[in-house]
Amino acid sequence: MNKIEPSFRPGGKLAKLESVYDGMETFLFTPNTTSRLGVHIHDGNDLKRTMITVVVALLPALLFGMYNIGYQHYLAIGQSQTGWFTMFLYGLLALLPVIVVSYGVGLGIEFISAQIHHKEIQEGFLVTGILIPLIVPINTPLWMTAIATAFAVIFAKEVFGGTGMNIFNVALITRAFLFFAYPSRMSGDEAFVKVDSAFGMGQGTVVDGFTGATPLGQVATNVGDNLQLTNILGEPMSAMDAVIGLIPGSPGETSMIAILIGAALLLITGIASWRIMCSVFVGGLAMGALAHALPSATYPASMLDPVSQLCLGGFAFGAVFMATDPVTGARTKVGQYIYGLLIGVFAILIRVYNSGYPEGMMLAILLMNAFAPLIDHCVVSSNIKRRARRAATKE
Amino acid sequence: MATVRLKKGFDIQLLGAISDNAVVAAAQPQSVAVVPDDFHGVIPRMEKKEGEHVSAGEPLYHDKNYEAIKVVSPVSGTVKEVRRGERRHIDAIVISPDGGDAAVTHDVKRPPEEVLLESGLWVMMRQRPYDVVPVPGVRPRDIFVTAFDSAPLAPNLDIVLGDKRKYIAKGVEVLNGMTDGKVYIGVRENQNIDAPGAEVNTFVGPHPAGNAGIQAANIKPVNKGDTVWTMDIITLARIGELFTTGKVSHDTLVAVTGEMVQQPCYISTVMGADLETVLKNETTNLAQSRIICGNVLTGVKVEATQWLRTPYRHITVIPEINKPDEFMGWASLCPSRFSIYRTFTTWLGGLKKPVSFDSRIKGGERAIVRTGEYDAMLPMDIYGEFLIKAIISGDIDKMEQLGIYEIAPEDFALAEFADTSKLELQHIVREGLDKLRAEMS
Repeated sequence: MNKIEPSFRPGGKLAKLESVYDGMETFLFTPNTTSRLGVHIHDGNDLKRTMITVVVALLPALLFGMYNIGYQHYLAIGQSQTGWFTMFLYGLLALLPVIVVSYGVGLGIEFISAQIHHKEIQEGFLVTGILIPLIVPINTPLWMTAIATAFAVIFAKEVFGGTGMNIFNVALITRAFLFFAYPSRMSGDEAFVKVDSAFGMGQGTVVDGFTGATPLGQVATNVGDNLQLTNILGEPMSAMDAVIGLIPGSPGETSMIAILIGAALLLITGIASWRIMCSVFVGGLAMGALAHALPSATYPASMLDPVSQLCLGGFAFGAVFMATDPVTGARTKVGQYIYGLLIGVFAILIRVYNSGYPEGMMLAILLMNAFAPLIDHCVVSSNIKRRARRAATKE
Repeated sequence: MATVRLKKGFDIQLLGAISDNAVVAAAQPQSVAVVPDDFHGVIPRMEKKEGEHVSAGEPLYHDKNYEAIKVVSPVSGTVKEVRRGERRHIDAIVISPDGGDAAVTHDVKRPPEEVLLESGLWVMMRQRPYDVVPVPGVRPRDIFVTAFDSAPLAPNLDIVLGDKRKYIAKGVEVLNGMTDGKVYIGVRENQNIDAPGAEVNTFVGPHPAGNAGIQAANIKPVNKGDTVWTMDIITLARIGELFTTGKVSHDTLVAVTGEMVQQPCYISTVMGADLETVLKNETTNLAQSRIICGNVLTGVKVEATQWLRTPYRHITVIPEINKPDEFMGWASLCPSRFSIYRTFTTWLGGLKKPVSFDSRIKGGERAIVRTGEYDAMLPMDIYGEFLIKAIISGDIDKMEQLGIYEIAPEDFALAEFADTSKLELQHIVREGLDKLRAEMS
């Protein structure tokens, strides 16, 4: 690396790629930079490590998501006896292009932006880039994902100053952009189960009686006093299916087990705030219980019991990986409880009482992202008031 | 009298601790220097020229704004050089000791402030707000004295104190006359300080429990408009000695510690002694070492050709780089890569084992991402992260509201060590304090 370094420095042939060079060098080697002023020793942890730990925490959800894509596909084409590895392979092939597009577009913009500002390439998109494929419906055309990613990275992140400066969660902005720009592709029967082949694999015709609606989609369109959730073949679905994750939905969000493994890693390493994570679940349970206590055919989601509310849709995924984003969440301890609680409450509130949106997690988190600074402001103000009072009583 | 338990903070265990408390006497220093940067807030105006003779305790320079604040020579000798840097900034005043014992004797019957200013002990004290040498004529609300140093590899102040312990009572008596409040002394558990007239409080908990400012914040915080003085027990004892004998003692014990030191020990020498004399026979491989006057968190990097710096009691020598070109260090699963966070595997083996630390930053500077890192390292009722943001954005009202008057850069040193975003917090705090001081005067 040292040999080729000069050509990347100002004046060199490849000076336009300086940020890229720095990015690669710091990726491969821990910088030999030593402290200039201030403390002489530094902790080994840096943002690269922090971000990569989150990516590792997302891996169970990612791998299971791949398997589930295959599982749903072979179920839909009537070949449910297919081996698990084939199912996984199919899912891998189906999801890989989305991952490539997400990283390609996002990192490309980050690289260019870093070079324009002559800054180091920052790690923030490592996590965002893997979150996007996990929360975007599998049948979303790649060009839509690319546009949405570009929009989110530029307008939700770079214009605010890049990693650590954004107000809204970038991955959620990507999804929200898709959700509002192309609503027809984001819900309904055709969004969540991939029925056509992936790179020539898994060809077949869809069986009769197929419906690709997610459980929450079914809830939203339910008529009458009885609520019976079904899988994509119309057979009744059990709560266990939702815990394991063999239900239609966005790739990352279906399996409670995979998500909870990731949650455990985030909590053990201390990267995610347990205050936020727990209070989201508490808020969701409370609001779910309240809604369930007053069931109504007008609002079919109120017929779901509170635990199912947490297991279905993107609630758990959002609570573990999205609400706990430290940059866009509340930063004070007291604020984190309030922030989490309100996310849980709003998510269920939107689900149940806004028939336009079968899923409320995304909107709840984005809403609370906007309010997080206000919550922190109130908490910090109490510290300021205490200090002012202390100064006043002295006289 | 009270016992304060502090939970926040962390004790970093480094290799190179002193194992036995033997004291080695250093040879007579080749040269002795006073570094004006050590006395933040004093702008030097020279009183002695190069080539002039000074006695021990005789002023070398005074402050531009308060002529009464004197900085004195620790030894008898000749002013060899006034070393200047950029824009005629005085880097160091070097004195060649003549080995004589010519020393100034002070008439201690006069008002104590006058005596302290003249004796050069005044500049060993600090005041909050701003963490500068105290402004003369301002009576402090209280005086906070710390009797222990909790920093990594720090010397045991009981040993540094030595036989000066007997002057503590006199020092407390003098300081009690200078404040309308109290003199507070913060001690460790099982540390015995006999100081009639002072309020002695015990502090239990990790570093930075030994910082006088942290102790003040947990006993009686500094409010806007207050002035308090802070110092260590050694300075207190020196003040007692001055008012007992009329002379200031410039002798000191220095803990020479760190991984690159062959035999960590206490060395007795004088303030400002040259490091070549002090470190003789102590280190190997100077080229690959970093010599720090002070501890690894708040000390200053010096060259082997330079001199001992304030607070004149600690030297740490660590490797500059112990793992050059570490391949993908951020992905390391190796338990020897030290981190207080559980994103690395160090914690599985326990964080209490002494480790090797070099001076690499181990990451690039980033915006603040992780939450609560600063608060976990700062045992004060302060939202550290919000205060740092207020300082960075230059918002003076916010700085005041969030409690900048209570802090000194040293209080944020541990947070700077732990910071995932690798921000230079002490530097940021210092700039904030300086800005505020300029604004308020």
